[in-house]
Amino acid sequence: MTSLTLVRRIAARPSIVFDALTTPEGIAHWWGPDAGPVLLAETDVRVGGRFKVRFRMLDGTEHESSGEYLEVNPPVRLVMTWRWLGNEDEDGESRIEIDLRPVDGGTELVFTHALLGSEESRKGHEEGWNGALDKLEKYFLSQDKRNA
Amino acid sequence: MNYNARLDRVFGALVSPARRAILQRLAETDCASVTELAQPVAMTLPAVMKHLDVLEQARLITRAKTGRTMFVRLSPKPMAEAAEWLHRYEQFWSGSLDRLVAYAEKKEARARKALARKRG
Repeated sequence: MTSLTLVRRIAARPSIVFDALTTPEGIAHWWGPDAGPVLLAETDVRVGGRFKVRFRMLDGTEHESSGEYLEVNPPVRLVMTWRWLGNEDEDGESRIEIDLRPVDGGTELVFTHALLGSEESRKGHEEGWNGALDKLEKYFLSQDKRNA
Repeated sequence: MNYNARLDRVFGALVSPARRAILQRLAETDCASVTELAQPVAMTLPAVMKHLDVLEQARLITRAKTGRTMFVRLSPKPMAEAAEWLHRYEQFWSGSLDRLVAYAEKKEARARKALARKRG
């Protein structure tokens, strides 16, 4: 499966992290790639409930994403679908999984954003193609330019 | 093939260390014959051909016959597309999660202070 995984260690208990992830007030503090403001955050945190978040980036562009909660298990696990509003993204629907593990002094957060895909390529991620991708990518990108 | 399916094929093709080795070698040489690809990885010719089928389905390589020799070339676009997907979301979520960490830690500090006041 095509996916991205990020891990963070947080000096806060899982319940506080879970609230930050799911409450509109919490989301308003962190959602978005840069320090631009969150304009709207709505959450209905139950299986089948939906979320919607609209934010403005520092370059002035506004973006909105929404999805449905598939698993809600406070304060340790949250799974939801993800889709951009409008056609700025050709990805279609993808899936976000967040696991919160209590650790000494706080929480370990494991965040995965995955395209919906086959089992075969999920294995690929587990076996770690990341390093290979990094190395190959430079070459491919330079080739791309040459061919363009 | 749509975008999701294309990306999925690419990442699926990269599962195998043998296929990654073939790509790596092609990245160094630009173009190689099937026999040349089989030599350093100590693989049988049929095994290499099978891997090349998977890479071709993911459109990571192209094959062309010159005389009796089959030559293999890298095809850059699908890999660039896959890398671009990863980068886009990495940027988005990295920034978001860094601020999430800062916010949650502030909330935790506040909760502890409130508890200390209650106790004190």
